[in-house]
Amino acid sequence: MVKSIIKAVILFALIAATAYIAFNYAPIEKSMGVIQKIFYIHIACAFSAFVAFGTCFYANVRYVFTRQAKADWLGVAAAEVGLMFILVVLITGPIWAHPVWGIWWTWDARLTLTFVLGLLYVSYLLLRSMIEEPDKRALFSALFGIFAFLDVPLVYFSIRWWRTQHPQPVILGGAGSGLEPRMRVAYLLMWGALTGLLILLMNARYKLEALRASVEELRREAEVQ
Amino acid sequence: MKNLDSVLAAYLAGWAIFFLYYVSVARRMSNLRDEVERLKGLLSKRK
Repeated sequence: MVKSIIKAVILFALIAATAYIAFNYAPIEKSMGVIQKIFYIHIACAFSAFVAFGTCFYANVRYVFTRQAKADWLGVAAAEVGLMFILVVLITGPIWAHPVWGIWWTWDARLTLTFVLGLLYVSYLLLRSMIEEPDKRALFSALFGIFAFLDVPLVYFSIRWWRTQHPQPVILGGAGSGLEPRMRVAYLLMWGALTGLLILLMNARYKLEALRASVEELRREAEVQ
Repeated sequence: MKNLDSVLAAYLAGWAIFFLYYVSVARRMSNLRDEVERLKGLLSKRK
């Protein structure tokens, strides 16, 4: 417990430090000004959410083929943590958009598909809460999780496939894209810190699910006796 | 600096979401640990 608290304090301090670097080391973007600083947390959280949902997809496929409870625990841990990261994306995006576009939100392909992605993983968690029988719950949610993941590539490629209000990619965007070197350093540091946080949160949530399974087993045992 | 308050709001919102989520996981974990102890006590009493 003390170890987890120390790790959390270090990671939250690291995020604050990388935010400081984003503010003070990375230059101010010429056309947008200081509001562009939101880029560092917004994009890093989006990539971290994709990593979490990718982990959830892997765990769901693994559960369908192996029926191991550990795969189910990893699936729910990754889904819930990924949802937190996508929530940050959905909050920081409109804060950035309002001064730049003049509107908080528009139903373009990228924004709509990201919103749907959040709703899909909320549904995944709701589905789990509605089924009591553990094996049935794990199988149904794994199948739904595999379906939900289909939205991730759609979100990623939406700005490449369709004309959107959302800007074109600056990371892995091909010729003409890219970041100024100091911006790249600040971005990578922020993403590194957030990936550390992602691992910490997923690990804590996985342990919680393992403990929940123990409680369910003990309850069954208590009912039988 | 123009829009600095919006930038700070965005970073604070992100930081707060992760912090509150971590606290919620820790709290749920603590409740479950108490429940494990209670159930173990109940089972040992019956034995």
